[in-house]
Amino acid sequence: MTNTFTGSRFVNVGERTNVTGSAAFKKLILAGDYPKAVEVARQQVENGAQVIDVNMDEGLLDALEAMTTFLKLIAAEPDIARVPVMIDSSKWDVIEAGLKCVSGKPIVNSISMKEGEDAFLHHARLCMDYGAAVVVMAFDEKGQADTKERKVEICERAYKLLVGIGFPPEDIIFDPNVFAVATGIEEHDNYGLDFIEATREIKARCPHVHISGGLSNLSFSFRGNEIVRRAMHSVFLYHAIPAGMDMAIVNAGQLDIYDQIDPVLREACEDVVLNRKPASDDGKTATERLIELAESFKGKDKVAEKEAEEWRGWDVVRRLEHALVKGIDAFVVDDTEEARAAIAARGGRPIEVIEGPLMEGMNTVGDLFGSGKMFLPQVVKSARVMKKAVAHLIPFIEAEKEAGAKAKGRIIMATVKGDVHDIGKNIVGVVLQCNGYEVIDLGVMVPWATILDVAKKEQVDMIGLSGLITPSLDEMVTVAEEMQRAGMTIPLLIGGATTSKVHTALRIDPAYDGPVVHVLDASRAVGVASQLLSDTQAQGFIKATAADYQHVRDARAGKGASKLLSLEDARLNAFAPDFSEKAPPPEQPGRHVFEDWDLTDLVECFDWTPFFRSWELAGTYPAILEDEIIGESARSLYADARAMLEKIIAEKWLTAKGVAQFWPCARDMREGHGDDVILHPNDDELSVRLPFLRQQFIKSRGRANFCLADFIDPAGDWIGGFAVGIHGIDEHLARFKADNDDYSDILLKALADRFAEAFAERLHQYVRTTLWAYAPGEQLTNEALIREQYRGIRPAPGYPACPDHTLKPILFDLLDATNTAGITLTESQAMLPTSAVSGFYFSHPESQYFGVATIGRDQLEDYAGRRGWEVPVMERWLRPNLD
Amino acid sequence: MTLIPSTARTAFLEQAAQRILITDGAFGTEIQNFKLSEADYAGTLGLAKDQKGNNDILALTKPEVPESIHRAYFKAGADIAETNTFSANRISQADYAAEHLVREINVESARLARRVADEFTAKDGRPRFVAGAIGPTNKTLSLSPDVNDPGFREIDWDHLVDVYAEQVHALVEGGADFILIETVFDTLNAKAGVMSVRKVEKELGREIPIMMSMTLTDLSGRNLSGHTVEAFWYAIRHAKPLTIGLNCSFGATQLRPHVKTLSEISDTLIMVYPNAGLPNELGEYDEMPQTTAGLVKEWADHGQVNVLGGCCGSTPAHIAAMAKAVKALPPRKVAVPATVTRLAGLEPFVMAA
Repeated sequence: MTNTFTGSRFVNVGERTNVTGSAAFKKLILAGDYPKAVEVARQQVENGAQVIDVNMDEGLLDALEAMTTFLKLIAAEPDIARVPVMIDSSKWDVIEAGLKCVSGKPIVNSISMKEGEDAFLHHARLCMDYGAAVVVMAFDEKGQADTKERKVEICERAYKLLVGIGFPPEDIIFDPNVFAVATGIEEHDNYGLDFIEATREIKARCPHVHISGGLSNLSFSFRGNEIVRRAMHSVFLYHAIPAGMDMAIVNAGQLDIYDQIDPVLREACEDVVLNRKPASDDGKTATERLIELAESFKGKDKVAEKEAEEWRGWDVVRRLEHALVKGIDAFVVDDTEEARAAIAARGGRPIEVIEGPLMEGMNTVGDLFGSGKMFLPQVVKSARVMKKAVAHLIPFIEAEKEAGAKAKGRIIMATVKGDVHDIGKNIVGVVLQCNGYEVIDLGVMVPWATILDVAKKEQVDMIGLSGLITPSLDEMVTVAEEMQRAGMTIPLLIGGATTSKVHTALRIDPAYDGPVVHVLDASRAVGVASQLLSDTQAQGFIKATAADYQHVRDARAGKGASKLLSLEDARLNAFAPDFSEKAPPPEQPGRHVFEDWDLTDLVECFDWTPFFRSWELAGTYPAILEDEIIGESARSLYADARAMLEKIIAEKWLTAKGVAQFWPCARDMREGHGDDVILHPNDDELSVRLPFLRQQFIKSRGRANFCLADFIDPAGDWIGGFAVGIHGIDEHLARFKADNDDYSDILLKALADRFAEAFAERLHQYVRTTLWAYAPGEQLTNEALIREQYRGIRPAPGYPACPDHTLKPILFDLLDATNTAGITLTESQAMLPTSAVSGFYFSHPESQYFGVATIGRDQLEDYAGRRGWEVPVMERWLRPNLD
Repeated sequence: MTLIPSTARTAFLEQAAQRILITDGAFGTEIQNFKLSEADYAGTLGLAKDQKGNNDILALTKPEVPESIHRAYFKAGADIAETNTFSANRISQADYAAEHLVREINVESARLARRVADEFTAKDGRPRFVAGAIGPTNKTLSLSPDVNDPGFREIDWDHLVDVYAEQVHALVEGGADFILIETVFDTLNAKAGVMSVRKVEKELGREIPIMMSMTLTDLSGRNLSGHTVEAFWYAIRHAKPLTIGLNCSFGATQLRPHVKTLSEISDTLIMVYPNAGLPNELGEYDEMPQTTAGLVKEWADHGQVNVLGGCCGSTPAHIAAMAKAVKALPPRKVAVPATVTRLAGLEPFVMAA
């Protein structure tokens, strides 16, 4: 404990019983070792914590269970229970469960206006009823307050609201958000000063309140450098306390005494915290200076460091191989240079570094990957190391004016026109590069003309196409047709989530006489490429593949058209829900726009399983982390993802924008229109028609032929729509690209997708409980949410229940989604930004997901008629659903 | 939602501003004087278990008994009648297989107290109040009954809130002015009591003032869940109680330092109703009315109390003696503590402004 910060006016909140703040505590709780966890609390109180913060927000934990278990246990320990508890969770149900276990007067951490005034005041009233003081985050519907003005404005508004309902002002503790400084992003430079000045202002405007903050965010950029972090925290408090900060969640043992901090470091920290120009005249910014200084304070006592030093003592060839296999990029440029200089000294050429140690290292990686001992995330990390090494060598190689090493082959990779998804394409590209192929990545939304041009100009050996949404399948056929027209013969590789061997065989292969191969996943890409380019194996492989596809076509032809009901009969077998059970009208009708949904909140409801799947790690989260074979790889990937998430949140890389809206509607029961839903049926000017498709395949006894319109009451009902998008990714991707860092690039894209999905899930929940509020009492765990154990569905255009992508423009117009959520559509109806989700809300308790599957010509023609489109145009969009 | 304010609260505060008010004394010892048999207790209810000792059920089987006790206390000078419902909750009544009668017992107990109170008010125009008494139950939210499993609890919060809410609802329905959460040995139980009152307030759309009374289980001044008097006050202050105080515990002598503490920090009325001394070797209370009255008068002399009464061992004679002893003395002036953050573990924690 230090003397500086323990005056009666400053409260140290112990942070060691916080799973997000203490790795040791988290380990104990995850292991269920509560007796030892209780000892952590005891030590904390013995060491002088005046309040103990208890936080169990961890994805692997049942936070509610862990919170109540732990609080009950410490209640039985008088030397712990003597101090007040701070119940810390981002989930209100966890907080409320905690309030039911704490016998004194605790602090709730935290509530905010992020979900609007109603939820905020509801939680505040409950805190009053339970008897708790409360930490209020400076957070409103628009997002977290960053500038001084926003912090002051939000806190003052919250203060007035709270005092207005009789909340005791002295029981309000504001947390005006300590953000990371010295991140290298200029807008962050003033965050320290913003907090300090806002503190002073809030104290002046809101009598009796307190100001608190979590210090660890501040020094986030210096993770791993405890000396600098401690100095930053101490300097920050030194200035924030006189301004009125009177509480902090901090490990008191890890604060330095201001006067005892190295004066040079102290001044550098002060420059950063107070956003001052350094006194020295070398032109460096405060951040640059502190970063430079930080190097000399890097921890010397770490176990990892010792291990690190060991391999650093090996010879350079072995070091390069180690760095490649382990995916460590920290020293690779130095080591590459060392290897190059050594080779140059004996008269060798720079290319030998690549052909020698680097390729040997990559061969080891390739062998390990091929034999299933290494997994995709590690391979991508290794590729990052390789790329950095090669980037270092290129200037030397070019100076030599000689061609580089002959690549095994040159391949174009492209996501086709209209589609923006490229995680899978990038992974394949990286894997191919790792294996010595030269990849020309044309990016996303690439028209066929560009692909053909580049293919000719660069004399490529093959073309790889990728796409995620179903219209891309058609675009791939177009590319194949154009290749045929241009008289090309090089192999065409097809990959992506909606592609399949069957589609490739039926639609793409017949369009092009050259070899066409469907590549199931990245791990097959190298095998396919090497066989196609091998002098000895190519012919055999091409023949075998062609025969395989012919077999698929024959089997298909033999089967004939699948048996379908006529549209008329299918309609007679429509689903008939009980409309006496339909949801009431929305409590908050109209449009709801969310400019900046809290990312932390979204992380709470991440469904991690698809994240691992995107890295070709099959298994269900969290069990996958303990998997015997891929567990280690999954854990390492998960740790990297978590670390990036922390940065995304602390430095606010991304912004989650969304919109939801509800409309009165009715199913149109006029002859021939039963599959349409009319919005605003009583207002001709506003009225909008939503046509849906109906299942036509023959159902087993008693099952209906579903259509989404079935869930809507012809006598009058409500329907909703939403669109959510994750913005701001591009500048970071550009940064990664400049840094040759494919690993981070793919990781960030995969996380952005998780944010979009989580946002859709969270918004749906908010709609069910609050906006539409047909299930106000719903309480579901994240697992239950992922399993969709709730009432109502949110089908998306382009997905099985609603396969027509062209409903998206209608939905987007209704939501004004381009302005409200910042999402645009490509000509193939893919959404931009890429990480986006949109769909409709159906609330009837019997509404359910289904797949429309194959439809007949009769429905195609009927549907085209209802939409007022030409049949061939409609046919193109519905191709995947036609036989 | 705005609640209809309680007119009884206003009337009570008016009276308390003028003088020290008197609440009543013990029921258990008074009931013993009636020498009731099992048949008297059981009446015609046909319950599965023996009812002797289930004092609360008399509201249904022998209502004249509690009625006459209320009458005796009002005659002795009491301003407040506490309903004979200390154990009239689902958890305690389970011991008598009478859980299903909880509502009736409470409604009838409040009704008969109300009737007697109104009868006395009609005679002299002085307002009399009915406090619906809820006891702590015999289960605790804060402690494990199993020393080997400290995290275990016999009941949970939501259950206790429901149990209390049922009783509160019935007491208010029967005509109680206030809810007296008394003999609080577990602070968390008391907080659940507060929540149950809030719940019923919302159901009925009207304010239900709370009177809160803690009981000490050791001489250092803590209750069973370990809270000091000051920590207890901070933990339940959100109830904005009409009165806060102490009851039962020990005799008045042992309570003295704690009454002083509470009196200095509480920005509401103080109500204290101690036992008539400590029990003798036979478990009987033999402190004479004049003695008890003399002890509680000391608090009044120091301006530390607003409401006085008796708990175990006290009789109408004790109440009459108290009423007489403090009649001419001014009531305590409500403290005005500084506006600072007051938190609590087992011990109080005050954050400087």
